[in-house]
This record gives sequence, C-alpha cells and structure tokens, in this order.
Amino acid sequence: MKKGVMRPGHVQIRVLDMKEALKHYVDLLGLIETDRDESGRVYLKAWSEVDKFSVVLREADEPGCDFMAFKVVDEDALNQLEKDLIAFGLMVTHLEAGDLKDCGRRIQFTSASGHCFELYTDKKYTGKWGLNEVNPEAWPRGLKGMKAVRFDHCLFYGNALVETYDLFVDVLGFYLAEQVLDPDGNRVAQFLSLSTKAHDIAFIMHEEKGKFHHASFYLETWEDILRAADLISMEDVPIDIGPTRHGLTHGKTIYFFDPSGNRTEVFTGGDYNYPDHNPVTWKAEDLGKAIFYHDRVLNERFLSVLT
Amino acid sequence: MREFTITDNTSKQEFFCREDEYVLHAMQRIGKTCVPVGCKGGGCGVCRVSIISGKADYGRMSKAHVTVEQKDNGYALACRIKPESDLIIECAPKPNASIEIVAYQNTQLNEVSK
Repeated sequence: MKKGVMRPGHVQIRVLDMKEALKHYVDLLGLIETDRDESGRVYLKAWSEVDKFSVVLREADEPGCDFMAFKVVDEDALNQLEKDLIAFGLMVTHLEAGDLKDCGRRIQFTSASGHCFELYTDKKYTGKWGLNEVNPEAWPRGLKGMKAVRFDHCLFYGNALVETYDLFVDVLGFYLAEQVLDPDGNRVAQFLSLSTKAHDIAFIMHEEKGKFHHASFYLETWEDILRAADLISMEDVPIDIGPTRHGLTHGKTIYFFDPSGNRTEVFTGGDYNYPDHNPVTWKAEDLGKAIFYHDRVLNERFLSVLT
Repeated sequence: MREFTITDNTSKQEFFCREDEYVLHAMQRIGKTCVPVGCKGGGCGVCRVSIISGKADYGRMSKAHVTVEQKDNGYALACRIKPESDLIIECAPKPNASIEIVAYQNTQLNEVSK
C-alpha cells in the first residue's frame, strides 16, 4: 500500500580520491556537477532528473555507500512515516535542512540488513539539465561519456532480508516485483519497487551486513550499452561483466568499477509491473541464469566483490 | 623503465611488473592468476597480500581492508601497489574478506544445485 514514498532521490557514495572519482562519474558516466559544499562533497545529477542532485560523492578512507534516500510526497506523509518507523522499532535520526545543500530536512534510519536510508520531501527543483520546460528538445547537447539519463536504483548485500522486506513493504509502501527463492522457500534476493519499474531498490542475501553492490544508471538503448562498453575499454576501466542481459528484471546491462572499487551499472529496458501483476520468481538453483541470462553461469566477482 | 620480478610465495609463480604499473594489473596482463582479482580500485579487499620482501609504492586503499598498522606490517592490496624492487608476496585474505565468502557461497550454491 502506498505510504507516500515516491521515488529514489539520491545516493551518497564514499570515494578514496575525489579527482579520480569525478573522471569516472562525470567524464565517463556523464553526470553533471551541480555543486560542492564546505566539507568537500561534490553534488551530481543526470540530465533528465528534475531536482538539483541525485549523487553525492564524499572523499573517505573506506569506499562504499553512506546512504540512499527516497523522496516523499509531502510533509504530512514524512511525519507519518517517521511515526511508523519508530513504531516498527527503528531509531530515527534528524538531519536539518541545508545539511545537504538545497535539500530540506531528512530523516535517517538503518535497515536490519545494515544499510542507512533517508526520507525527505524537499529539494531544489532545477528542471531537466540543458532543456527548456516548454517545448523541450529531445536531449541536451554537451553531454559527456555514457550520457547517463537518470540515477535508477541501488543493489545492497546484507542479511536479515525478512526484516528488511517488512520495513520496505509494510512501513515504506514498496511492493515485491521480483525475487529469488531457495528450495526451502527462503527469499535470497528481493527486488522492490515503488513504481512500474522492476526495481527501485534490491537486496541480495549475504552474511556480512551493510555492503554496497552497485548504483545503477539508466541509458536509453542497447546500442548505448554497447557504446558504454566501448568507452570502458577506451579508458581501460575495470569491468565486472557485460554487455549482457539479466534474467531477473530482464534488463540489458554492463557493470564496471569506479576508481575506488565501487561498482557502477548502466542498463536499459527490463520488466514493468502494474498492481495486478504477481511477483516474478526465479529459483536459486538457476541463479546463474537469473543473474546472467546468456552465460547462465555466475561470475564469482558479482557475488563477492563489494564495498 | 625499470621492471621488477614479482614472486608469489605460495605458488612460486613469477611475473614481471613495470615500476609504473600496479602489481595486480601486471599479473593479469601476463595471464597469471596467483592473486584473486576484484574491483582493481583498492575497495573490495579481494587481492589483499602480505609483502614478504621488497619495497613498494602504495596508492590509496580501503582502510577497512588494510589499516595503517597492517600497512606498516607489510599488508597491501595488490591492485594499489607499484614495485620499487623485486617483491615476494603471499595472498593474505582477511578472516571476513570477500574471498572467504566466495568459498562459502560457492559451497551454498553447490549444495543448492545438487
């Protein structure tokens, strides 16, 4: 049931070296720098996004993900969600408006899987980058690299998937779009959505809590994925796998690493859902095909290389 | 350009590494597999090694996998070190490092696929 959580809003990623990171996220991926703050964080957005930023980079001595945030429809819904999170048994932390530049107040909490999430309602609306609001052209000129269209979702690795499912479905109003079940019926992967998309967030079972698998960005076409692969080779960027297709979500995809070892995905296509759709199920016995539809074999790195 | 010999103490495999090249990248370029390859960015810890002898130049690597104290004791991520002399190295995964989890998950997956 809808609780007023609308869509993914931003992700804050830790990098070892900001200058190197910007070559990856701006020059290669094609995000646009929109601001910096006193603490050295750099704010980025993809061109089709309407708010000021969707990716925040923070230099640190350990890479990974600080938090992922979701935008909530209004202040009343945010207040109710805070009550619901506390009733669910979570500690909620408040961050004042302006802690992230041009972003309103945020509330933060940690899922049983060990990941930090945020909710907020307000962020400066800057419109799609390089386009007029009236009679907009098809795309803006001057985009770099892969020309990422939007920040789409994150995949996290951790345990306590049942408790995390309850948090996202019962409290935050996500629905289960796709899943992987083991022979005993335990869910070892859960792809959760707020929209018609196959996932706005995903979790895969892993012994260690709080691990970051990837942040994903949408491209328009399969040709764009091939071109992304060309750029990855031209820049000698470490690649994980692809171009290929997933069984889960059926997205067409390629994975590669930023200079701090955080994984990035660019993808296109994939399944859609409406409220009358049943969740899509893959069997854990067929995990190879579920993850890499063509190879039908798991690459160890996809399961084990995390930040 | 100087070139140094890198020796894996466990497998006794040897390969050459240029002074401006990361040890893991040289290993992959030459087609050896003695050190596991992960993110190649100093982040995931999969290629953690102990430098038994020799000197290296250290790039930035995650403190979650190599603390300052461990670095002083010769631990490093092979994807972030460039040789300054011949090196003898040995794989040194942390107890909870991803490589152990690979083994664990593979066991699980093998069990599942039986």
